[in-house]
Amino acid sequence: MLLKQISVFLENKSGQLLQIVNVLAEHDIDLRALSIAEAQDYGVLRAIVDKPDETLALLREQEWLCSANEVLAVMVPDEPGSLTRILNVLADNDVNMVYTYAFLSGVEGKACIVLRVDDNAAAEKLLRNAGIEC
Amino acid sequence: MGNYYQPEIETMPRAQLQALQSERLVEQVRRVYENVPYYRAKMDAKGVTPDDIHGIEDLHKLPFLSKADLREAYPCGLLAAPKKDCVRIHSTSGTTGKRVVAFYTQHDVDLWEDCCARAIVAAGGTDEDVVQVCYGYGLFTGGLGLHGGSHKVGCLTLPMSSGNTERQLQFMEDLEATILCCTPSYAMYLAESAIETGVRDRLHLKSAIFGAEAWTEEMRHDIEDKLGLKAYDIYGLTELSGPGVAFECAEQNGMHINEDHFIAEIIDPVTEEPLPLGSKGELVFTAITKQAFPMIRYRTRDICMLKAEKCSCGRTHVRMCKPMGRSDDMLIIRGVNVFPSQIETVLLNQGMPANYQIIVDRVNNSDTLDIEVEVPQELFSDTVSAISKKEKELVSALKAMLGIMAKVHLVAPKSIARSEGKAVRVIDKRKLY
Repeated sequence: MLLKQISVFLENKSGQLLQIVNVLAEHDIDLRALSIAEAQDYGVLRAIVDKPDETLALLREQEWLCSANEVLAVMVPDEPGSLTRILNVLADNDVNMVYTYAFLSGVEGKACIVLRVDDNAAAEKLLRNAGIEC
Repeated sequence: MGNYYQPEIETMPRAQLQALQSERLVEQVRRVYENVPYYRAKMDAKGVTPDDIHGIEDLHKLPFLSKADLREAYPCGLLAAPKKDCVRIHSTSGTTGKRVVAFYTQHDVDLWEDCCARAIVAAGGTDEDVVQVCYGYGLFTGGLGLHGGSHKVGCLTLPMSSGNTERQLQFMEDLEATILCCTPSYAMYLAESAIETGVRDRLHLKSAIFGAEAWTEEMRHDIEDKLGLKAYDIYGLTELSGPGVAFECAEQNGMHINEDHFIAEIIDPVTEEPLPLGSKGELVFTAITKQAFPMIRYRTRDICMLKAEKCSCGRTHVRMCKPMGRSDDMLIIRGVNVFPSQIETVLLNQGMPANYQIIVDRVNNSDTLDIEVEVPQELFSDTVSAISKKEKELVSALKAMLGIMAKVHLVAPKSIARSEGKAVRVIDKRKLY
Protein backbone atom coordinates (compact mmCIF):
# COMPACT_ATOMS: atom_id res chain seq x y z
CA MET A 1 0.00 0.00 0.00
CA LEU A 2 1.20 3.51 -0.74
CA LEU A 3 1.23 5.83 2.25
CA LYS A 4 1.61 9.58 2.36
CA GLN A 5 4.71 10.49 4.32
CA ILE A 6 5.45 13.97 5.67
CA SER A 7 9.03 15.27 5.50
CA VAL A 8 10.23 18.31 7.43
CA PHE A 9 13.53 20.18 7.18
CA LEU A 10 15.06 20.51 10.61
CA GLU A 11 18.03 22.69 11.42
CA ASN A 12 20.70 21.10 13.49
CA LYS A 13 19.83 22.71 16.80
CA SER A 14 18.10 21.68 19.96
CA GLY A 15 14.33 21.74 20.29
CA GLN A 16 13.50 21.44 16.61
CA LEU A 17 11.83 18.05 16.81
CA LEU A 18 10.03 19.04 19.99
CA GLN A 19 8.35 21.93 18.21
CA ILE A 20 7.03 19.62 15.50
CA VAL A 21 5.77 17.05 17.98
CA ASN A 22 4.04 19.80 19.92
CA VAL A 23 2.17 20.93 16.81
CA LEU A 24 0.97 17.35 16.22
CA ALA A 25 -0.07 16.85 19.83
CA GLU A 26 -1.96 20.14 19.96
CA HIS A 27 -4.00 19.10 16.95
CA ASP A 28 -4.60 15.58 18.05
CA ILE A 29 -2.56 14.07 15.27
CA ASP A 30 -1.26 10.58 15.91
CA LEU A 31 2.35 9.89 15.04
CA ARG A 32 2.64 6.33 13.74
CA ALA A 33 6.30 6.29 12.81
CA LEU A 34 9.19 8.63 12.38
CA SER A 35 12.78 8.60 11.27
CA ILE A 36 15.39 11.30 10.82
CA ALA A 37 18.07 11.44 8.16
CA GLU A 38 20.88 13.62 9.42
CA ALA A 39 23.39 15.64 7.45
CA GLN A 40 26.05 18.03 8.72
CA ASP A 41 23.91 21.08 9.30
CA TYR A 42 20.39 19.79 9.06
CA GLY A 43 18.16 16.75 9.29
CA VAL A 44 15.13 15.56 7.39
CA LEU A 45 12.33 14.29 9.55
CA ARG A 46 10.08 11.71 7.93
CA ALA A 47 6.85 10.84 9.62
CA ILE A 48 3.82 8.68 9.07
CA VAL A 49 0.78 10.26 10.70
CA ASP A 50 -2.92 9.52 10.76
CA LYS A 51 -3.87 12.83 9.14
CA PRO A 52 -1.12 13.67 6.62
CA ASP A 53 -2.96 16.41 4.68
CA GLU A 54 -3.92 18.26 7.84
CA THR A 55 -0.38 17.89 9.18
CA LEU A 56 1.14 19.30 6.02
CA ALA A 57 -1.23 22.26 6.02
CA LEU A 58 -0.53 22.96 9.70
CA LEU A 59 3.22 22.82 9.34
CA ARG A 60 3.18 24.98 6.22
CA GLU A 61 1.05 27.50 8.02
CA GLN A 62 3.73 27.69 10.70
CA GLU A 63 6.35 28.14 8.00
CA TRP A 64 8.14 24.86 8.37
CA LEU A 65 9.88 23.71 5.23
CA CYS A 66 8.02 20.48 4.52
CA SER A 67 6.64 18.25 1.81
CA ALA A 68 4.54 15.15 1.35
CA ASN A 69 5.42 12.14 -0.75
CA GLU A 70 4.36 8.57 -1.19
CA VAL A 71 6.21 5.68 0.32
CA LEU A 72 5.54 1.97 0.06
CA ALA A 73 4.24 0.35 3.22
CA VAL A 74 4.46 -3.40 3.50
CA MET A 75 2.71 -5.29 6.28
CA VAL A 76 4.69 -8.32 7.36
CA PRO A 77 4.34 -10.88 10.14
CA ASP A 78 6.32 -9.70 13.16
CA GLU A 79 8.68 -12.66 13.06
CA PRO A 80 12.28 -13.41 12.04
CA GLY A 81 12.86 -13.52 8.28
CA SER A 82 10.01 -11.27 7.21
CA LEU A 83 12.25 -8.49 5.95
CA THR A 84 14.47 -11.00 4.16
CA ARG A 85 11.62 -12.01 1.85
CA ILE A 86 10.99 -8.41 0.84
CA LEU A 87 14.61 -7.54 0.29
CA ASN A 88 15.15 -10.71 -1.76
CA VAL A 89 12.42 -9.66 -4.16
CA LEU A 90 13.84 -6.17 -4.51
CA ALA A 91 17.42 -7.40 -4.94
CA ASP A 92 16.41 -10.05 -7.48
CA ASN A 93 14.73 -7.34 -9.53
CA ASP A 94 17.60 -4.91 -9.18
CA VAL A 95 15.58 -2.34 -7.27
CA ASN A 96 17.79 0.08 -5.33
CA MET A 97 16.45 1.36 -2.06
CA VAL A 98 16.70 5.03 -1.07
CA TYR A 99 15.82 4.46 2.58
CA THR A 100 13.66 2.31 4.83
CA TYR A 101 12.35 2.18 8.36
CA ALA A 102 9.86 0.05 10.21
CA PHE A 103 7.28 0.22 12.97
CA LEU A 104 4.93 -2.11 14.70
CA SER A 105 1.51 -1.71 13.16
CA GLY A 106 -1.66 -1.48 15.21
CA VAL A 107 -2.59 -4.94 13.94
CA GLU A 108 -1.67 -7.74 16.32
CA GLY A 109 1.42 -9.65 15.16
CA LYS A 110 2.09 -7.39 12.19
CA ALA A 111 4.93 -5.03 11.53
CA CYS A 112 4.98 -2.33 8.85
CA ILE A 113 8.03 -1.81 6.71
CA VAL A 114 8.26 1.59 5.02
CA LEU A 115 10.20 1.50 1.78
CA ARG A 116 11.31 4.34 -0.41
CA VAL A 117 12.56 3.31 -3.84
CA ASP A 118 12.77 5.29 -7.06
CA ASP A 119 9.54 3.83 -8.38
CA ASN A 120 7.27 2.91 -5.49
CA ALA A 121 4.39 1.70 -7.64
CA ALA A 122 6.59 -0.67 -9.64
CA ALA A 123 8.12 -2.08 -6.47
CA GLU A 124 4.66 -2.61 -5.02
CA LYS A 125 3.71 -4.61 -8.08
CA LEU A 126 6.85 -6.73 -7.83
CA LEU A 127 6.17 -7.54 -4.20
CA ARG A 128 2.55 -8.39 -4.88
CA ASN A 129 3.55 -10.69 -7.72
CA ALA A 130 5.86 -12.42 -5.28
CA GLY A 131 2.92 -12.99 -2.97
CA ILE A 132 3.81 -10.36 -0.40
CA GLU A 133 0.91 -8.48 1.11
CA CYS A 134 1.19 -4.75 0.55
CA MET B 1 68.57 54.32 13.67
CA GLY B 2 70.28 55.02 10.39
CA ASN B 3 68.82 52.16 8.40
CA TYR B 4 67.88 53.79 5.12
CA TYR B 5 67.97 52.47 1.59
CA GLN B 6 67.72 55.93 0.02
CA PRO B 7 68.65 58.27 2.89
CA GLU B 8 68.50 61.48 0.87
CA ILE B 9 64.87 60.76 -0.04
CA GLU B 10 63.71 59.03 3.12
CA THR B 11 64.92 61.88 5.34
CA MET B 12 64.28 64.73 2.92
CA PRO B 13 63.07 67.89 4.66
CA ARG B 14 59.31 68.18 4.26
CA ALA B 15 59.34 71.46 2.34
CA GLN B 16 61.67 69.93 -0.19
CA LEU B 17 59.62 66.73 -0.32
CA GLN B 18 56.44 68.71 -0.97
CA ALA B 19 58.13 70.69 -3.71
CA LEU B 20 59.18 67.41 -5.29
CA GLN B 21 55.61 66.10 -5.00
CA SER B 22 54.23 69.25 -6.61
CA GLU B 23 56.64 69.09 -9.49
CA ARG B 24 55.86 65.42 -10.12
CA LEU B 25 52.11 65.88 -9.74
CA VAL B 26 51.98 68.67 -12.33
CA GLU B 27 53.94 66.56 -14.77
CA GLN B 28 51.88 63.41 -14.08
CA VAL B 29 48.54 65.17 -14.51
CA ARG B 30 49.64 66.60 -17.82
CA ARG B 31 50.86 63.20 -18.96
CA VAL B 32 47.63 61.35 -18.15
CA TYR B 33 45.51 64.13 -19.61
CA GLU B 34 47.42 63.90 -22.86
CA ASN B 35 47.77 60.13 -23.04
CA VAL B 36 44.70 58.61 -21.44
CA PRO B 37 41.30 59.47 -22.93
CA TYR B 38 39.59 58.02 -19.87
CA TYR B 39 41.32 60.49 -17.53
CA ARG B 40 40.85 63.34 -19.95
CA ALA B 41 37.10 62.66 -20.07
CA LYS B 42 36.91 62.55 -16.28
CA MET B 43 38.85 65.79 -15.94
CA ASP B 44 36.82 67.49 -18.67
CA ALA B 45 33.64 66.41 -16.93
CA LYS B 46 34.87 68.12 -13.77
CA GLY B 47 36.00 71.18 -15.71
CA VAL B 48 39.64 70.87 -14.74
CA THR B 49 42.62 70.95 -17.08
CA PRO B 50 46.34 70.40 -16.45
CA ASP B 51 46.72 74.20 -16.45
CA ASP B 52 44.72 74.34 -13.20
CA ILE B 53 47.20 72.12 -11.39
CA HIS B 54 50.21 74.02 -10.10
CA GLY B 55 51.12 71.85 -7.15
CA ILE B 56 49.84 69.60 -4.40
CA GLU B 57 47.59 72.42 -3.16
CA ASP B 58 45.50 71.86 -6.31
CA LEU B 59 45.16 68.10 -5.83
CA HIS B 60 41.60 68.48 -4.51
CA LYS B 61 40.49 69.86 -7.89
CA LEU B 62 41.09 66.53 -9.59
CA PRO B 63 38.42 63.86 -9.97
CA PHE B 64 38.62 60.66 -7.96
CA LEU B 65 39.33 57.29 -9.43
CA SER B 66 37.54 54.26 -8.01
CA LYS B 67 37.58 50.52 -8.39
CA ALA B 68 34.54 50.94 -10.65
CA ASP B 69 36.63 53.09 -13.02
CA LEU B 70 39.28 50.40 -13.08
CA ARG B 71 36.72 47.80 -13.98
CA GLU B 72 35.20 50.00 -16.64
CA ALA B 73 38.57 50.73 -18.20
CA TYR B 74 39.65 47.08 -18.01
CA PRO B 75 42.06 45.93 -19.29
CA CYS B 76 44.00 48.71 -21.05
CA GLY B 77 41.80 51.80 -20.72
CA LEU B 78 44.01 53.49 -18.14
CA LEU B 79 47.31 52.66 -19.77
CA ALA B 80 49.38 55.84 -19.95
CA ALA B 81 52.43 54.40 -21.67
CA PRO B 82 52.68 52.59 -25.01
CA LYS B 83 52.14 48.87 -24.50
CA LYS B 84 55.51 48.17 -26.05
CA ASP B 85 57.13 50.05 -23.17
CA CYS B 86 55.40 47.83 -20.60
CA VAL B 87 57.34 44.87 -19.27
CA ARG B 88 54.97 43.25 -16.81
CA ILE B 89 51.48 43.04 -15.40
CA HIS B 90 50.16 42.08 -12.01
CA SER B 91 46.58 41.47 -11.05
CA THR B 92 44.40 41.68 -7.97
CA SER B 93 43.44 38.52 -6.17
CA GLY B 94 39.84 39.52 -5.67
CA THR B 95 37.32 39.37 -8.46
CA THR B 96 34.27 41.55 -8.80
CA GLY B 97 33.38 40.35 -12.25
CA LYS B 98 36.57 41.75 -13.72
CA ARG B 99 40.02 41.69 -12.18
CA VAL B 100 42.20 44.75 -11.99
CA VAL B 101 45.22 44.43 -14.23
CA ALA B 102 48.08 46.80 -13.44
CA PHE B 103 50.83 47.48 -16.00
CA TYR B 104 54.49 48.27 -15.31
CA THR B 105 57.25 49.77 -17.40
CA GLN B 106 60.80 48.85 -16.44
CA HIS B 107 60.99 52.22 -14.70
CA ASP B 108 57.83 51.39 -12.72
CA VAL B 109 59.27 48.03 -11.65
CA ASP B 110 62.48 49.78 -10.59
CA LEU B 111 60.74 52.34 -8.42
CA TRP B 112 58.46 49.72 -6.91
CA GLU B 113 61.45 47.56 -6.04
CA ASP B 114 63.09 50.62 -4.47
CA CYS B 115 60.03 50.98 -2.24
CA CYS B 116 60.27 47.33 -1.20
CA ALA B 117 64.01 47.72 -0.66
CA ARG B 118 63.31 50.63 1.70
CA ALA B 119 61.00 48.35 3.69
CA ILE B 120 63.62 45.60 3.87
CA VAL B 121 66.36 47.98 4.97
CA ALA B 122 64.01 49.52 7.55
CA ALA B 123 63.52 45.98 8.88
CA GLY B 124 67.27 45.73 9.35
CA GLY B 125 68.12 44.16 5.99
CA THR B 126 71.61 44.48 4.48
CA ASP B 127 73.50 42.56 1.81
CA GLU B 128 74.50 40.12 4.57
CA ASP B 129 70.89 38.95 4.93
CA VAL B 130 69.04 35.95 3.60
CA VAL B 131 65.48 36.89 2.70
CA GLN B 132 62.88 34.15 2.45
CA VAL B 133 59.94 35.29 0.36
CA CYS B 134 56.89 33.09 0.91
CA TYR B 135 54.34 35.40 -0.66
CA GLY B 136 52.89 33.90 -3.81
CA TYR B 137 54.88 34.55 -6.98
CA GLY B 138 52.90 35.31 -10.10
CA LEU B 139 50.05 37.71 -10.68
CA PHE B 140 50.00 38.54 -6.98
CA THR B 141 52.33 41.45 -6.25
CA GLY B 142 53.56 40.14 -2.90
CA GLY B 143 56.13 37.63 -4.12
CA LEU B 144 57.80 39.47 -6.97
CA GLY B 145 57.66 42.84 -5.21
CA LEU B 146 59.64 41.80 -2.16
CA HIS B 147 61.79 39.57 -4.32
CA GLY B 148 62.84 42.61 -6.36
CA GLY B 149 63.37 44.69 -3.24
CA SER B 150 65.53 41.97 -1.74
CA HIS B 151 67.69 41.90 -4.88
CA LYS B 152 68.14 45.67 -4.72
CA VAL B 153 69.39 45.46 -1.17
CA GLY B 154 71.72 42.68 -2.26
CA CYS B 155 70.27 40.07 0.06
CA LEU B 156 70.44 36.41 -0.80
CA THR B 157 66.87 35.86 -1.92
CA LEU B 158 65.00 32.59 -1.45
CA PRO B 159 62.09 32.73 -3.92
CA MET B 160 60.00 30.16 -2.07
CA SER B 161 56.53 31.41 -3.06
CA SER B 162 53.64 30.24 -0.87
CA GLY B 163 52.84 26.83 0.53
CA ASN B 164 54.78 23.64 1.24
CA THR B 165 55.49 24.40 4.87
CA GLU B 166 57.89 21.51 5.33
CA ARG B 167 60.13 22.78 2.53
CA GLN B 168 59.82 26.37 3.81
CA LEU B 169 61.13 25.30 7.20
CA GLN B 170 63.87 23.19 5.71
CA PHE B 171 65.24 26.06 3.60
CA MET B 172 64.75 28.47 6.47
CA GLU B 173 66.94 26.26 8.63
CA ASP B 174 69.50 25.05 6.06
CA LEU B 175 70.10 28.42 4.40
CA GLU B 176 69.85 30.33 7.66
CA ALA B 177 67.18 32.76 6.51
CA THR B 178 67.27 35.98 8.53
CA ILE B 179 64.29 37.89 7.12
CA LEU B 180 60.90 36.36 6.48
CA CYS B 181 58.35 37.88 4.10
CA CYS B 182 54.83 36.43 4.10
CA THR B 183 51.29 37.02 5.31
CA PRO B 184 50.98 37.18 9.10
CA SER B 185 48.58 34.25 9.16
CA TYR B 186 51.05 32.09 7.28
CA ALA B 187 53.82 33.24 9.62
CA MET B 188 51.70 32.06 12.53
CA TYR B 189 51.30 28.71 10.86
CA LEU B 190 55.01 28.49 10.12
CA ALA B 191 55.78 29.38 13.73
CA GLU B 192 53.55 26.66 15.08
CA SER B 193 54.98 24.08 12.67
CA ALA B 194 58.53 25.14 13.56
CA ILE B 195 57.80 24.67 17.25
CA GLU B 196 56.05 21.34 16.69
CA THR B 197 58.84 19.89 14.58
CA GLY B 198 61.55 21.27 16.84
CA VAL B 199 63.09 23.38 14.05
CA ARG B 200 62.38 26.60 15.94
CA ASP B 201 65.62 26.61 17.95
CA ARG B 202 67.74 26.09 14.86
CA LEU B 203 66.36 29.14 12.98
CA HIS B 204 68.26 32.40 12.42
CA LEU B 205 65.36 34.76 11.73
CA LYS B 206 65.79 38.30 13.04
CA SER B 207 62.93 40.12 11.37
CA ALA B 208 59.85 39.65 9.25
CA ILE B 209 57.82 41.80 6.88
CA PHE B 210 54.13 41.00 7.01
CA GLY B 211 51.37 42.35 4.83
CA ALA B 212 48.54 41.59 2.40
CA GLU B 213 46.01 41.09 5.18
CA ALA B 214 44.85 42.70 8.39
CA TRP B 215 46.57 41.66 11.59
CA THR B 216 46.53 42.80 15.16
CA GLU B 217 49.13 43.87 17.70
CA GLU B 218 48.37 40.65 19.60
CA MET B 219 49.31 38.65 16.53
CA ARG B 220 52.48 40.68 16.20
CA HIS B 221 53.56 39.91 19.75
CA ASP B 222 52.57 36.29 19.39
CA ILE B 223 54.60 35.75 16.20
CA GLU B 224 57.53 37.77 17.56
CA ASP B 225 57.62 35.56 20.65
CA LYS B 226 57.18 32.31 18.79
CA LEU B 227 59.79 32.96 16.12
CA GLY B 228 62.09 35.23 18.09
CA LEU B 229 62.06 38.05 15.56
CA LYS B 230 60.84 41.60 15.09
CA ALA B 231 57.76 41.87 12.86
CA TYR B 232 57.29 44.84 10.51
CA ASP B 233 54.09 45.83 8.76
CA ILE B 234 53.98 46.67 5.06
CA TYR B 235 51.12 48.18 3.08
CA GLY B 236 50.34 48.30 -0.58
CA LEU B 237 47.85 47.57 -3.27
CA THR B 238 48.19 46.26 -6.78
CA GLU B 239 46.62 49.39 -8.24
CA LEU B 240 49.53 51.43 -6.85
CA SER B 241 52.26 48.86 -7.64
CA GLY B 242 52.03 46.40 -4.76
CA PRO B 243 53.61 46.11 -1.33
CA GLY B 244 55.86 49.00 -0.36
CA VAL B 245 53.44 51.91 -0.70
CA ALA B 246 54.10 52.27 3.02
CA PHE B 247 56.26 50.34 5.47
CA GLU B 248 57.07 50.25 9.13
CA CYS B 249 60.37 51.35 10.63
CA ALA B 250 61.94 50.03 13.81
CA GLU B 251 59.60 52.24 15.85
CA GLN B 252 56.70 49.94 14.86
CA ASN B 253 54.41 52.90 15.18
CA GLY B 254 52.74 53.45 11.83
CA MET B 255 53.92 52.89 8.28
CA HIS B 256 55.92 55.53 6.44
CA ILE B 257 54.29 56.31 3.12
CA ASN B 258 56.75 56.59 0.26
CA GLU B 259 55.64 60.12 -0.42
CA ASP B 260 58.10 60.79 -3.20
CA HIS B 261 55.98 58.31 -5.22
CA PHE B 262 52.56 58.45 -3.58
CA ILE B 263 50.63 61.45 -2.30
CA ALA B 264 48.25 60.42 0.46
CA GLU B 265 45.01 62.18 1.35
CA ILE B 266 42.32 61.39 3.87
CA ILE B 267 38.79 62.17 2.72
CA ASP B 268 35.32 61.85 4.12
CA PRO B 269 34.05 58.78 2.24
CA VAL B 270 30.55 60.22 2.01
CA THR B 271 31.10 63.90 1.17
CA GLU B 272 34.43 63.17 -0.57
CA GLU B 273 35.87 66.30 1.06
CA PRO B 274 39.54 66.16 2.07
CA LEU B 275 39.96 66.03 5.84
CA PRO B 276 42.70 67.69 7.89
CA LEU B 277 45.79 65.68 8.74
CA GLY B 278 45.18 63.41 11.70
CA SER B 279 41.49 62.85 10.93
CA LYS B 280 40.05 59.42 10.42
CA GLY B 281 38.72 58.84 6.93
CA GLU B 282 39.25 57.10 3.64
CA LEU B 283 42.77 56.87 2.33
CA VAL B 284 43.25 58.23 -1.20
CA PHE B 285 46.47 57.92 -3.15
CA THR B 286 47.92 59.67 -6.15
CA ALA B 287 50.81 57.88 -7.80
CA ILE B 288 53.07 60.61 -9.15
CA THR B 289 55.90 58.61 -10.65
CA LYS B 290 54.18 55.64 -12.24
CA GLN B 291 54.39 55.60 -16.01
CA ALA B 292 52.23 52.73 -17.22
CA PHE B 293 49.39 52.75 -14.74
CA PRO B 294 49.25 56.09 -12.93
CA MET B 295 46.50 56.41 -10.36
CA ILE B 296 45.17 59.89 -9.73
CA ARG B 297 43.27 60.24 -6.45
CA TYR B 298 42.58 56.55 -6.20
CA ARG B 299 40.08 55.71 -3.48
CA THR B 300 41.47 52.76 -1.55
CA ARG B 301 38.32 52.36 0.58
CA ASP B 302 40.64 51.78 3.54
CA ILE B 303 39.68 53.78 6.60
CA CYS B 304 42.84 55.20 8.04
CA MET B 305 44.61 58.01 9.85
CA LEU B 306 47.83 59.81 8.97
CA LYS B 307 50.43 60.93 11.50
CA ALA B 308 52.55 63.93 10.67
CA GLU B 309 54.69 63.97 13.81
CA LYS B 310 58.35 63.49 13.12
CA CYS B 311 59.43 59.91 13.63
CA SER B 312 62.45 59.17 15.79
CA CYS B 313 63.80 56.92 13.02
CA GLY B 314 64.69 60.09 11.13
CA ARG B 315 62.35 59.52 8.21
CA THR B 316 60.36 62.59 7.26
CA HIS B 317 57.67 60.76 5.32
CA VAL B 318 54.23 60.77 6.86
CA ARG B 319 53.03 57.63 8.62
CA MET B 320 49.71 55.86 8.19
CA CYS B 321 48.14 53.69 10.86
CA LYS B 322 46.97 50.18 10.12
CA PRO B 323 43.74 50.42 8.13
CA MET B 324 40.87 50.47 10.62
CA GLY B 325 38.17 49.17 8.34
CA ARG B 326 36.67 49.48 4.89
CA SER B 327 34.48 52.26 3.64
CA ASP B 328 32.53 49.85 1.48
CA ASP B 329 31.40 46.34 2.10
CA MET B 330 34.44 44.60 0.70
CA LEU B 331 35.78 41.86 2.90
CA ILE B 332 39.36 40.73 2.81
CA ILE B 333 39.36 37.03 3.57
CA ARG B 334 42.64 35.15 3.60
CA GLY B 335 44.13 38.03 1.61
CA VAL B 336 41.45 37.80 -1.07
CA ASN B 337 38.92 40.54 -1.76
CA VAL B 338 35.40 39.24 -1.38
CA PHE B 339 32.25 41.23 -2.10
CA PRO B 340 28.88 40.11 -0.74
CA SER B 341 27.44 40.91 -4.16
CA GLN B 342 29.59 38.17 -5.69
CA ILE B 343 28.13 35.65 -3.28
CA GLU B 344 24.64 36.86 -4.04
CA THR B 345 25.28 36.44 -7.77
CA VAL B 346 26.38 32.83 -7.28
CA LEU B 347 23.31 32.02 -5.19
CA LEU B 348 20.94 33.53 -7.73
CA ASN B 349 22.69 31.76 -10.60
CA GLN B 350 22.28 28.52 -8.71
CA GLY B 351 18.56 29.06 -8.35
CA MET B 352 18.77 29.87 -4.66
CA PRO B 353 16.89 32.72 -3.03
CA ALA B 354 18.95 35.75 -2.04
CA ASN B 355 18.33 35.00 1.63
CA TYR B 356 21.79 34.47 2.94
CA GLN B 357 24.20 35.52 5.61
CA ILE B 358 27.96 35.73 5.37
CA ILE B 359 29.85 34.94 8.54
CA VAL B 360 33.54 35.72 8.62
CA ASP B 361 35.61 34.65 11.56
CA ARG B 362 39.18 33.88 12.40
CA VAL B 363 39.94 30.47 13.80
CA ASN B 364 43.53 29.58 14.71
CA ASN B 365 44.68 32.75 12.95
CA SER B 366 43.14 31.76 9.65
CA ASP B 367 40.06 33.43 8.21
CA THR B 368 36.93 31.36 7.82
CA LEU B 369 34.06 32.11 5.47
CA ASP B 370 30.70 30.55 6.20
CA ILE B 371 27.60 31.21 4.18
CA GLU B 372 24.18 30.38 5.50
CA VAL B 373 21.56 30.01 2.83
CA GLU B 374 17.88 29.46 3.23
CA VAL B 375 16.63 26.35 1.46
CA PRO B 376 13.83 27.05 -0.99
CA GLN B 377 10.69 24.90 -0.98
CA GLU B 378 11.42 23.55 -4.49
CA LEU B 379 14.68 22.05 -3.37
CA PHE B 380 13.27 20.23 -0.40
CA SER B 381 12.09 16.63 -0.59
CA ASP B 382 12.13 13.59 1.66
CA THR B 383 15.71 12.70 0.75
CA VAL B 384 18.97 14.28 1.82
CA SER B 385 20.76 13.60 -1.46
CA ALA B 386 19.15 16.40 -3.49
CA ILE B 387 19.98 18.96 -0.82
CA SER B 388 23.52 17.76 -0.29
CA LYS B 389 24.08 17.73 -4.04
CA LYS B 390 22.98 21.36 -4.18
CA GLU B 391 25.24 22.14 -1.24
CA LYS B 392 28.23 20.75 -3.14
CA GLU B 393 27.30 22.65 -6.30
CA LEU B 394 27.12 25.87 -4.32
CA VAL B 395 30.51 25.26 -2.74
CA SER B 396 32.18 24.71 -6.10
CA ALA B 397 30.42 27.67 -7.76
CA LEU B 398 31.49 29.91 -4.88
CA LYS B 399 35.06 28.65 -5.11
CA ALA B 400 35.07 29.45 -8.85
CA MET B 401 33.76 32.97 -8.25
CA LEU B 402 35.68 33.94 -5.12
CA GLY B 403 38.87 31.95 -5.53
CA ILE B 404 38.64 30.74 -1.94
CA MET B 405 36.68 28.03 -0.19
CA ALA B 406 33.49 28.93 1.58
CA LYS B 407 31.49 26.61 3.81
CA VAL B 408 27.84 26.49 2.90
CA HIS B 409 25.20 25.83 5.53
CA LEU B 410 21.65 25.27 4.45
CA VAL B 411 19.16 26.62 6.92
CA ALA B 412 15.38 26.73 7.19
CA PRO B 413 13.44 29.45 5.37
CA LYS B 414 13.11 32.71 7.30
CA SER B 415 15.61 31.57 9.89
CA ILE B 416 18.13 34.25 8.99
CA ALA B 417 17.64 37.18 11.33
CA ARG B 418 16.27 40.26 9.68
CA SER B 419 16.42 43.71 11.11
CA GLU B 420 13.61 45.91 9.85
CA GLY B 421 12.76 43.28 7.28
CA LYS B 422 16.22 43.40 5.73
CA ALA B 423 18.62 40.59 6.39
CA VAL B 424 21.93 41.45 7.96
CA ARG B 425 24.19 40.18 5.21
CA VAL B 426 27.60 40.19 6.75
CA ILE B 427 28.73 39.29 10.22
CA ASP B 428 32.44 39.82 10.62
CA LYS B 429 33.47 38.30 13.92
CA ARG B 430 37.17 38.94 13.41
CA LYS B 431 38.58 41.44 15.84
CA LEU B 432 41.22 43.01 13.67
CA TYR B 433 40.59 46.69 13.69
